[in-house]
Amino acid sequence: MSTTVLAKAVNAGLRRALERDDKVLLMGEDIGPLGGVFRVTDGLQKDFGPDRVVDTPLAESGIIGTAIGLAMAGYRPVCEIQFDGFIFPAYDQITTQLAKLTYRSCGDLSMPVVIRVPYGGGIGAVEHHSESPEALFAHTAGLRIVSPATAADGYTMIQQAIASPDPVLFLEPKARYWEKGEADLDAEVDLGADALTTGLHSARTVRPGRDLTLVGYGPAVRTMLTAAEVAAQEGHELEVIDLRSISPIDFGAVEASVARTGRLVVVHEAPVFFGPGAEIAARVAERCFYSLEAPVLRVGGYHTPYPASANEEAYLPGLDRVLDAVDRALAY
Amino acid sequence: MTEPLTALAGSHEAEPGTVQLLDPRGRRVEEPTYSPLVADLDAEALRTMYRDMVVTRTFDNTATALQRQGELGLWPPSLGQEGAQVGSAHALSARDFVFPAYREHGVARVRGLDLGELLPVFRGVRHGGWDPAAHNFNIYTFVIGAHTLHAVGYALGIQRDGDVGTGDPARDRAAVVYFGDGATSQGDTNEALVFAASNNAPVVFFLQNNHWAISVPTTTQSRVPLVQRGSGFGIPSVRVDGNDVLACYAVTRAALERAHSGSGPTFIEAVTYRMGAHTTSDDPTRYRDRAEEDLWRERDPIARMRAHLREEGLADDAFLADVEDEAHAVADAARSYCRGLEAAPTGAMFDHVYTADHPLVAAERAEAEAFEAAFEETR
Repeated sequence: MSTTVLAKAVNAGLRRALERDDKVLLMGEDIGPLGGVFRVTDGLQKDFGPDRVVDTPLAESGIIGTAIGLAMAGYRPVCEIQFDGFIFPAYDQITTQLAKLTYRSCGDLSMPVVIRVPYGGGIGAVEHHSESPEALFAHTAGLRIVSPATAADGYTMIQQAIASPDPVLFLEPKARYWEKGEADLDAEVDLGADALTTGLHSARTVRPGRDLTLVGYGPAVRTMLTAAEVAAQEGHELEVIDLRSISPIDFGAVEASVARTGRLVVVHEAPVFFGPGAEIAARVAERCFYSLEAPVLRVGGYHTPYPASANEEAYLPGLDRVLDAVDRALAY
Repeated sequence: MTEPLTALAGSHEAEPGTVQLLDPRGRRVEEPTYSPLVADLDAEALRTMYRDMVVTRTFDNTATALQRQGELGLWPPSLGQEGAQVGSAHALSARDFVFPAYREHGVARVRGLDLGELLPVFRGVRHGGWDPAAHNFNIYTFVIGAHTLHAVGYALGIQRDGDVGTGDPARDRAAVVYFGDGATSQGDTNEALVFAASNNAPVVFFLQNNHWAISVPTTTQSRVPLVQRGSGFGIPSVRVDGNDVLACYAVTRAALERAHSGSGPTFIEAVTYRMGAHTTSDDPTRYRDRAEEDLWRERDPIARMRAHLREEGLADDAFLADVEDEAHAVADAARSYCRGLEAAPTGAMFDHVYTADHPLVAAERAEAEAFEAAFEETR
């Protein structure tokens, strides 16, 4: 176990996958000599060559559409979409083709394709570089959507996503790329069938607590942990759950926690309206009605386009907005 | 108002630059590059091409009738395009992989599919009808142009597998994608051309310009002949008389030889005409005039090949009757098969959403089954 950062952990996971299976190939814009705009693929083309780490033409639909054909030919493409807001030119290929080809072919075709997307805000970027479109994709059956919040998960989950027989949208919280965490980058990752389904999609209790449950994923995890530390100083023990997976969602973990705490606040950067929190709140209302001491509250983006970066602090579910929701839930 | 007919200016001569090996009267046209590529087609090969076109048309007409009888929800007729489809498909080797749009019934026939297998999708009993690997013929794609990228991606896989340029005909292979004039307006088709060109991918783009994207003419898709789309991307491009089965065979064969040898992609524009509706849902009389259809009827690919076979002494009455008999047998079998197709049980709706286990799908399946079971109990 050593200390590393998320970007390097994902890089190490990609390297392991390339070493393990010569059918794995990386493809995307600027991922070769540049190593990607976030350097997540740094050094991989040098070591594995331009046929395995492929700089593609600048065309997102082309990247995903050709990845589908490569998957049909027996390859396991790992596509990088450079920024969240640039995934939309590929939206059709992802939702009408990639997600549905297994279904449409009655199981004759399998689509082991991973789409890596640096997503989320907080880095002071220009427009289309800070979005959280996960709800748009979670609404599409046939996709799996995960988001690592830590270096350890970045290393493990990318390898599990690549080994998955189903397409995986792998959302990398770009604001957390350079955060340090413990990870064993030499460890063998479990790629058994259960690890690729149950394991990849299990939530993780990051901090136990008894008074209220905070649920989120990706960039929200650190914010929730900080909120729990602050609340602890005021005598409130908050339980923090990192979902790790947005589709499917580990509702069992959420329900078990809410049954203990009676209160739930969901945090994500995606807009609240029709967002993942709405799904979680609805399920919890159905299943934990008699456990709830307060309505489920949600903290996330507003129903605006992602604002200019000078205003993004107000848009994002930061510490103060999370603590405000916690106070409101505890007041019931 | 319909578009001016730019291709095949007269009834009997191809427009300059358009490859034609068989004129509309069924007489051979000598062409220095492509005539040698059909020289080794023996009598049986020529008769098989004719047979495949006739069987396809009879089946296609039956499918149209089945839709009118309420047995199919929708049908996209291939009427008039049999020459382009059968000719090109005969040039393929077994290991080449076909990415059809949704009108390639003639290609399906040549690839060895039982044509009835095309029907479940249109009867609404399932999304797929056949295993793509069984005949190297992918399932139909309804999003226009989306599959052009899949073909290029597959070709990139072939390239990585080292299955091009080996000189071994049993190993070298390619991807072939069929699409229409409307698809040339789609971004995906243009991206596919970029990816194919920049990677020198072993792929053949087979455009069937049938002149109409539902009700919108080709002139709304392009101000230049569509063959120029390919050359604009740096891809060798050729325009062929799409109602000439021999010419379609020859240009596709040449394109596949290029792809197999590792020389990269080719773009083919087969100039043909959709004699029927786009699908059984539209009405061509609202958007085009009868004179145009009559002009193209004179160029019918089947009549042309029949005239040729007759002239060459390769088709007597017995042969033509035998072909008719087979065509009706195939159509009858497809009709029976279609009528026997029934909806799968509700639970099948949840099959194959994912390859691996998925808790949400499992929960919703259980929920639906419990609901149905409760409903059954109360009946």
